[in-house]
Amino acid sequence: MTVEDRELDQVAMTRAEYERLVKMIGRVPTEVELGIVGALWSEHCGYKHSRSLFHHFPTEGVDVLTKVGEENAGAVDLGDGWCAVFKMESHNHPSAIEPYQGAATGVGGILRDIFAMGMRPIALLDSLRFGPLTDATNRYLFNGVVAGIGGYGNCIGVPTVGGEVQFDESYSGNPLVNAMCVGVGRTEHLLSASAGGPGNPLVLVGADTGRDGIHGATFASVELDESADERRPAVQVGNPFLEKLLLEACVELAEGHGDWIVGLQDLGAAGLTSSTVEAAARAGTGVEIDVALVPRRERQMTAYEVMLSESQERMLVIPKREHLDDVLQLFRRWEIRADVIGAVTGDGMVTVRDGDEIVAHLPVDVPTDPPMYPPKGIRPTEIDHWQAENLEDVPDLLDPEAALLRLLADTNIASRRFIYRQYDHQVLNNTVIKPGGDAAVLRVKGSRKGVAVTTDCNARFVGLEPRVGAAIAVAEAARNVVATGARPVAVTDCLNFGNPEKVSVAYQLEQAVLGIADACRALGTPVVSGNASLYNETPDGQILPTPGIGMLGVIDDIQQVIGAKPKAGDLLFVVGATLEQDVSSLAGSQYLTSKLGRLAGRPVLDLEHEVAVQRFVLDMHKRGLLSAAHDCSDGGLAIAVSEMCLASHIGIEAGDIDLGTRMDAALFGESQSRFVLAVHSESEALQLEAQADTVDIPITLVGTMTGSRIRLGDIDVHLDEAELAYSSGLEKALAG
Amino acid sequence: MRAAVAVFPGTWSDRDCEWALQQVGIVSRRVWHRDLPSFDRDELVVLPGGFSYGDYLRCGAIARFSPLMAAVRDHATAGGLVIGICNGFQILCEAGLLPGVLMRNSSLEFRCQDSLLRPESRISPFTDHLDPSSFLRIPVSHGEGNYYVDDVTLHDLEAEDRVAFRYVDAQGNLTSEANPNGSRNNIAGILNENGNILGMMPHPERACEALLGNEDGNAIWQSVLSSIGSD
Repeated sequence: MTVEDRELDQVAMTRAEYERLVKMIGRVPTEVELGIVGALWSEHCGYKHSRSLFHHFPTEGVDVLTKVGEENAGAVDLGDGWCAVFKMESHNHPSAIEPYQGAATGVGGILRDIFAMGMRPIALLDSLRFGPLTDATNRYLFNGVVAGIGGYGNCIGVPTVGGEVQFDESYSGNPLVNAMCVGVGRTEHLLSASAGGPGNPLVLVGADTGRDGIHGATFASVELDESADERRPAVQVGNPFLEKLLLEACVELAEGHGDWIVGLQDLGAAGLTSSTVEAAARAGTGVEIDVALVPRRERQMTAYEVMLSESQERMLVIPKREHLDDVLQLFRRWEIRADVIGAVTGDGMVTVRDGDEIVAHLPVDVPTDPPMYPPKGIRPTEIDHWQAENLEDVPDLLDPEAALLRLLADTNIASRRFIYRQYDHQVLNNTVIKPGGDAAVLRVKGSRKGVAVTTDCNARFVGLEPRVGAAIAVAEAARNVVATGARPVAVTDCLNFGNPEKVSVAYQLEQAVLGIADACRALGTPVVSGNASLYNETPDGQILPTPGIGMLGVIDDIQQVIGAKPKAGDLLFVVGATLEQDVSSLAGSQYLTSKLGRLAGRPVLDLEHEVAVQRFVLDMHKRGLLSAAHDCSDGGLAIAVSEMCLASHIGIEAGDIDLGTRMDAALFGESQSRFVLAVHSESEALQLEAQADTVDIPITLVGTMTGSRIRLGDIDVHLDEAELAYSSGLEKALAG
Repeated sequence: MRAAVAVFPGTWSDRDCEWALQQVGIVSRRVWHRDLPSFDRDELVVLPGGFSYGDYLRCGAIARFSPLMAAVRDHATAGGLVIGICNGFQILCEAGLLPGVLMRNSSLEFRCQDSLLRPESRISPFTDHLDPSSFLRIPVSHGEGNYYVDDVTLHDLEAEDRVAFRYVDAQGNLTSEANPNGSRNNIAGILNENGNILGMMPHPERACEALLGNEDGNAIWQSVLSSIGSD
């Protein structure tokens, strides 16, 4: 029997891969076997084009509790017996087709990764990218995704506390929806995802299995073209209410009865297939499943469909044989279906039966051993072309006030309050620093600690110079955490790129991984979990390379946390760089990109300096000198200062500062490693300056928080005018 | 006084309510909806916020059939105290223990933000120790908080001093900006005829700690303690 191209297309397998499979098992695969291997060898599950790069990441550290890739999420020790688990995952392709459910199930999926480890999810964040809102389709996607995130998160009762949204033409038709979740709990309750102990039963809990989401994993592994809409059935449908019950049951299991089970695994991409196979692979065992025992919500489902369904809100529990009834009872008490569907075996095989008929019998090693395609990148010529542009030729600012108001209203900078007020960000009573600041900060109940969390990636910088831009993403994320007084501890990455078979994308991918590694090593923040989403392109082009970084930081005394809201009379300082900036600092900036309508320049990052500045800020924070702190990023110094003024609704007197020869660079340049710090008294100001001098960190007084006008160099605007631009920027753009 | 916090499938502010009650020294127990409890005469029964039964059909429409609600009804009929917060308010209305209905926010959006409340009623232990000139900043977090009731009942509510809280601006005006959901007469919470059942959309249990930025919600529990006594 020869297999048709059409069949291989269905499972996104190449003919060469098929031949490899035939060779590995010594025969032609059955239909179900083809489906299993196709799903697990897909890019989304198999990481064929990216896995060879991951060894570059630093993954270990004194605080790291898990081995990266071996569990559902990364776990870090918070001290005092507490730990945090976190991960970020993409749900890009489904969201492009069905934005509400795509985003909603993205949230659902990442939540399960967290409570599969027995930890209670305490925060959600979303990193989003869309094409410009001037386009009706992009508005439709944006509205759907925002509603989906809220619809799922609000219903399940986990606060959505942060994230980011950026707009660029390259994301038109290819939105990015990366969902991050953080969970917290006692280290002794941390669960594992391995299926150990031959003879232990496999219990499927949660939703019935239907035909939704079949081929979801393979769909996520190909480019989006005109036929993408027809693949809508590949989008999963979420039920947050059921997930809430699952969450409570799993946390109860972990906190009270961890000794009843060997493993807990969520069903995500490729559903039952991946969860059983991966759990068995981790434990070095085998699994046998009878699809006839799997509860269905649709009739006449084939074994193939049952194995590949991506129906949401399902978990796989592996109880110890002697505690099977205890486990079944626990889930049923929460009014959740729980069914034995098979058992762990010792034979190293994946055996799937449909009643008496065996429909698949493969060594576990086969689906978990996808071919590797190390990326072979070639530096795209455009990069050198963009970097060759002489920024000196760009005329300096004539009207800084107009530029400020324009930037404040830019959809990449304007207030996101319109979005996050649609998200419950307070449930669970842990949110100490709410959305709108640099990082969200949550306290850990029962301890004095807090965790600071953020997501960041300036894709323009990555496009302009992938290795540096990716390092900048990590640096910026760390800076956001440091601004609250927390120490950056670990990273989760979500790599979003185009088609890796193209040499330009392969180059971006490998350089970005190197850049993340550079920064993580320098900052001491290992990568503990991650995700890769490739093939993000349409016939019109590929996305800007977007390696999203989720950063977790720890603050040992939650009472010491600070925000970005200075008080009246505070003195504002910029630290990390001089006020005067070279025109090259405009590289990739929002200001310059809007002005020219294209990317230009070369971003730069001095990691040693970055580390020194962050260390300095944390030190000043520990000494109790800081009233507020904010990092300098999109829009540069003028935006950072304006945001602080708008947060506290107090103006600033800084009309006579010396901005040097290029006003545009000084106000809107986006050079790295800078913070704006606020201190309350003269004596604290003197201490701050003295401390900065001892460690050679540049520091300059900007001005005093007072009045109701933002007076910064030649800028002189009333707070109300700035507030109007900032607060209505997004809403106006959505009105179309 | 102790409290019993009801937990339906999908409830999620039960632990938040317990945490807040703890801040003012009230001991509480969580009661799973199927466990058929009986409440002590002087127990404060709390129906917390959440999405019980996923808000399927209508918010609170299914929870009201839960076995627990019979016990709540008996408790209320005997004069016991009951507070329904957000979804809890929705459940009380569906169960007919309070009049009216909570419809979709007039903005058609879920809103999570602070609201400013003026406490009004003198007929209830929940509010009679609160100062009407001292507004409480309490967060709301809902998509369906738009309180509606027919004209006749609305007239009765107002005439009988059964409006517990109203959304106001800093000057005490009933503006539409101050109203997060479009509810009639800016109503944020109402009482039954006896004043022992309170339903309110804002979440006092979220304004319980300085660390979280706001402790105004504790005044409500404290009003009850002052009225009833703190045994």
